[in-house]
Amino acid sequence: MTEWFQGTLGYGFGWFVATLILILMIALPLMLSVAMIIYADRKIWAAMALRRGPNVVGPFGLLQSFADGLKVYLKETIIPSSANRGLFILAPILTFTVALIGWAVIPFGPKMVLADINVGLLYLLAVSSLSVYGVIIAGWASNSKYPFYSALRAAAQMVSYEVSVGFVLISVILWAGTFNLSGIIEAQRGHIFGFINGFGLNPLLFPMAVIFLISSMAETARAPFDLTEAESELVAGFQTEYSSMSFALFWLGEYGNVLLMCALNATLFWGGWLPPLDWGPLYAVPGIVWLFAKIFGFFFIFSWVKATVPRYRYDQLMRLGWKIFLPISLFWVFLVSGYLMVTRYGAFS
Amino acid sequence: MIQAFAFYLFASILVAAATLTVFARNPVHSVLWLILSFFNAAGLFVILGAEFIAMLLVIVYVGAVAVLFLFVVMMLDVDFARMRAGFARYLPFGALLGVVLVAELVLAMGAWSAGAIALDARAAPTPAAVPNIQALGTVLYTRYLFIFEAAGFVLLVAMIGAIVLTNRQRRDLKKQDTARQIARRPEDAVRNVVNQPVGEGVTL
Repeated sequence: MTEWFQGTLGYGFGWFVATLILILMIALPLMLSVAMIIYADRKIWAAMALRRGPNVVGPFGLLQSFADGLKVYLKETIIPSSANRGLFILAPILTFTVALIGWAVIPFGPKMVLADINVGLLYLLAVSSLSVYGVIIAGWASNSKYPFYSALRAAAQMVSYEVSVGFVLISVILWAGTFNLSGIIEAQRGHIFGFINGFGLNPLLFPMAVIFLISSMAETARAPFDLTEAESELVAGFQTEYSSMSFALFWLGEYGNVLLMCALNATLFWGGWLPPLDWGPLYAVPGIVWLFAKIFGFFFIFSWVKATVPRYRYDQLMRLGWKIFLPISLFWVFLVSGYLMVTRYGAFS
Repeated sequence: MIQAFAFYLFASILVAAATLTVFARNPVHSVLWLILSFFNAAGLFVILGAEFIAMLLVIVYVGAVAVLFLFVVMMLDVDFARMRAGFARYLPFGALLGVVLVAELVLAMGAWSAGAIALDARAAPTPAAVPNIQALGTVLYTRYLFIFEAAGFVLLVAMIGAIVLTNRQRRDLKKQDTARQIARRPEDAVRNVVNQPVGEGVTL
């Protein structure tokens, strides 16, 4: 498509228009799916609590998220008089933007990726480390004690879990031999016995997949690690002072981040857009369908955990990150690299 | 055209943000300006074709170091009046440092333009076809292996030093032993006191 636009509109301008259209092709469906995933989250959660969940607006309550969005849109935006005005407004925008830009490098199918960059995984790590800023800035700019506590918790939590996430990513990178996400997916083709796609079932990488799944819950501050918005202690955490669209942006950004993390789980360990088995007829289904199925599968796990697992205490959270995940993932990096040195690069031969 | 535009955009925002880092009255704003300047520096690295370093800059500095900065600055109760009072006293020293820095920059530029380094190698120090992660890794683990290891060792020593400095054993502290908490079963904690006579109370 880029070539066609460059042919008709000139090189620079054509590239600009094509990229803009591609960005919209990712961002708009993403917004829609965030709305639907909030509905799905509430339905799953309700089903596990033996309730009905949203069922009034539209058939089966399908339009509930849009009704909520409209309601939030019509509310008044309140900025506390002692808040730091500029940063108070900047924080939700930042959260939302960061949740969107990560999708630039996720491959939706063979060659279906907006930015096929060499350092794709590093880019995602950078983006996920940025998501903490929205929370910190919101907490500080609100000039209120509960948001501030929440911001401090969020900062410590996300920095802690990023360390083990980094090590998990390193072991995946070692196995795939590339930082490029399309390359990582290609490396998973027929990985197990030549016909199962995905690193996740590899006995050496399975523990990493589990650690990554749990860490991604901690990174996005989802239950059971939602210490940042623990309502029994901190009212609503960093969002306490927010109202109207600024609150909605936090909401959307949070779910956008959750979806991104689900996509990352699917891409790094379970084959991304590849079908589960490396078998001809399965490739007839478009890759994007497989990817969406996997993303939704992981989202179901996120919801399931949220509905069933009680919230961690703060010291338990830190213990899990630093005393369990960090040593295990560090040791596993050695294990994986040692195994690859012997088998693939012939260290002792 | 678009490259020049991007360069001037990143460079001007970088300079402006760096200036505002120094001049912002609020230290939290200072740190946020610093983060913006890190970002734009990363943008410049991307334009140079050093995308690996750009990403590392964002991950390490923006993602970890600046978060800790922000953390500390938010918690500190900084007294601005006192900080500004010392401004005049440190001005000569600061000016001296500035002069030294400018002199070094001029010297470096002079040496750079006079040197025997091939002209092509300046903007793109890696061979064109090799991704710069690979190029960096090849150099780092062959030619500069010992320096690299030494740097790692220095960091290890610094880390151990920090742990030793901050680690203090307090005997009067009640600690939570998570393994014991998890291993605790209902039988250890719950006792049936239903048949206790009224008014007797329960011995705990």
